[in-house]
Amino acid sequence: MSRRARLVFFAAAAAALAATLGAGLAGLPSFGSQITSYARMLNELAPRQRHVTDVVSAISFDYRGIDTLFEEFILLGAVTGISVLLRPLSDETRQLAQDKAPDRTIPPPSPAVWLLAVLLSSLLVLTGIETATHGQLTPGGGFQGGVILASALYVVYLGTNYVTVERFQPAPLLEATDGVGAFGYVFIGLLGLLAGADFLSNVVGLGVTGNLISGGTIPLLNLVVGVEVAASFAILASEFLDQTAVIRPRRR
Amino acid sequence: MSEAVIAVALVWVAASGTAVVLTRDPLRQAFVAGFFGLGLAFLYLSLQAGDVALSQIVVGAIALPLIVLLSLAKVGKGRG
Repeated sequence: MSRRARLVFFAAAAAALAATLGAGLAGLPSFGSQITSYARMLNELAPRQRHVTDVVSAISFDYRGIDTLFEEFILLGAVTGISVLLRPLSDETRQLAQDKAPDRTIPPPSPAVWLLAVLLSSLLVLTGIETATHGQLTPGGGFQGGVILASALYVVYLGTNYVTVERFQPAPLLEATDGVGAFGYVFIGLLGLLAGADFLSNVVGLGVTGNLISGGTIPLLNLVVGVEVAASFAILASEFLDQTAVIRPRRR
Repeated sequence: MSEAVIAVALVWVAASGTAVVLTRDPLRQAFVAGFFGLGLAFLYLSLQAGDVALSQIVVGAIALPLIVLLSLAKVGKGRG
């Protein structure tokens, strides 16, 4: 296609997009306008129906729990794809930097960095667990808590080296954890069917509003999502790290 | 009062978003994108969307820079 034809094609497509998008945007409620009746209804109902204080959690893990199930498997699929794409190819080899230059040792990080990593990684584990388990009470939940948990491993790498962090995250363990977390969501959904209700029904005891254990299946789903997301982000980092640290072109 | 906070957040997002586009060096762009992500999180928080703000912080501050920096390290090593 010539440059001119492409420009004409682009102008037509851009005009169509501007017209439809503009019409769509014009129909939106104005900025800062009154909240919708759906939001008002959920704010009213969720604390009484599901015994939670964070209505967003009740929406994503209960009223629209099936959407979150799909989102969880999108993440699982994306991480699986990355693992397949970033495997050592036929013209690449896994080799540590030490193997290539045995006479040169990698200088260890300074004690200050090491100490910071120890403090920060333990704090991150604590914050991650706190965020994942309090999803039904305060903003946060499995996804955010899971990423924070995985970031504790990144900090271990920053404070030590590749060999040490690999001891913390053996690939089979991470992959099994990822699968268990993803299937855990389906399993909790099946509890609803076992109890004679619909898939993903909130059939577990709801507890007292405002307590740590409250909201029925909502904290349980947050927990399995946290496990799955933590494993996913750890795999993600580990695959990218392998590419930089050990996977190199094979010498011909 | 809350309008002023939202206005500051919107200006911050617009300014830092433009800065991300105008930064040409990918390594520096990763850091500028971090400030842009922080601005977005602040905007969500000022609009009382705490859950979204937290998600934005963990993705913008942890996942995105990590992938960008490790990819840049890989690409730079292949070239050198």
